[in-house]
Amino acid sequence: MTRAEWPLYEVFVRGKRGLNHVHVGSLHAADDEMAVRHARDVYTRRNEGVSIWVVRADAITASSPDEKDPLFAPSGDKVYRHPTFYAIPDDVPHM
Amino acid sequence: MSHDNPSHASPDPSAVGDHESVYDGLLGGDPSQWAFGTATYEPQGEDPLAGVDTTVPDGVDAAALAAYCLMLGDDALVMSHRLSEWCSRAPDLEDDIALANIALDLLGQARLLLARAAAADPGVVPVLPEDSPVPDEDALAYFREAAEFRNVRLVEVPHGDFAHVVCRLLLFTVARLEVFTRLARSLDPVLAAVAAKGVKELTYHRDYAGRWCVTLAQGTEESRRRLLAALEVLWPLGAELVAPTDVESRMAEAGVGVDPAAVADAVDGVLDLVLAESELERPADRPLGGVNGRTGRDGLHSEALGLVLAEMQVVARAHPAGRW
Repeated sequence: MTRAEWPLYEVFVRGKRGLNHVHVGSLHAADDEMAVRHARDVYTRRNEGVSIWVVRADAITASSPDEKDPLFAPSGDKVYRHPTFYAIPDDVPHM
Repeated sequence: MSHDNPSHASPDPSAVGDHESVYDGLLGGDPSQWAFGTATYEPQGEDPLAGVDTTVPDGVDAAALAAYCLMLGDDALVMSHRLSEWCSRAPDLEDDIALANIALDLLGQARLLLARAAAADPGVVPVLPEDSPVPDEDALAYFREAAEFRNVRLVEVPHGDFAHVVCRLLLFTVARLEVFTRLARSLDPVLAAVAAKGVKELTYHRDYAGRWCVTLAQGTEESRRRLLAALEVLWPLGAELVAPTDVESRMAEAGVGVDPAAVADAVDGVLDLVLAESELERPADRPLGGVNGRTGRDGLHSEALGLVLAEMQVVARAHPAGRW
């Protein structure tokens, strides 16, 4: 008997001190609600998170490795695009 | 941040800010050890009730309080062991971890409740060699005989399939959550604190079991057949969870415990909701009888508990002076 695989979900967790959801891994689940619960069980059991996003992996459109050079190489030599040539005041957080 | 930081001139793409990973800072900021989490390590012998006033409230029978804590603690301990036996055997990795998480939550509840029992009445703790470093709650878990356990028989019966563990967990958590919700107002501050913590855990356990019950019932013909078979076997065992014993009634009267009979209607209500959502008939109520009126709460157990304890206790009993 072949066994149907549950769809793959990608999991994003926001940590206690975090500002944004960060990709932490993937898992299988039968539906969206189960995916949230599985994510809670698999990825937040060491007190990592306060919020979870899940999205079906097949809903993600990704760039192709073949496009790596045209997409990313042109920005490699443009150091002036980094906002690092300013003095940042000490009381500005998260920079 | 200082402007003359050399990393600014040519930013290191691998360097991430403190908000880049949810795992940052979990262990004093050492990023290589995030997997250890923020839980603090307690060496053996550390009192789980350290810093808590364990004085028995005025007018409360300490022996009855200890017996009551053993009931709630043994339920959690044996259920936890049964769930831990699912490790590596669940249908999927995700559910394997879910069941292990639930087992660990219940083990934590058991530890606190057994420690509370020992603090209330040291007479319940098995006597070990004087040089034994085994803490009281471990002595209670590992050095009592089956007849001294006060758990309901629902938690000890042998395993079935995944539908069986879902069904067992549903019956167990629905009743336990109702009890703990009320126990959070116990006049014993220790029990109240243990219950308040447990309510959050049990709410999740119930959600897990309830969702799986509906999923299996509404899934395939095979999953529904298996769930029905599990319900058939386990339903008669659920009644023991809401059948009051003398100890429970006395503790409820004293404002320390919860009379399980008083939560029976609430338990039925929740189970009826889950059954309705699952489009299942409520099984006939035919509670598993005791022997001469004695059931699990009186130390009357099935053979299964002896086998569970044999495995759970063998290492501790082989090394009564062992340090872990």
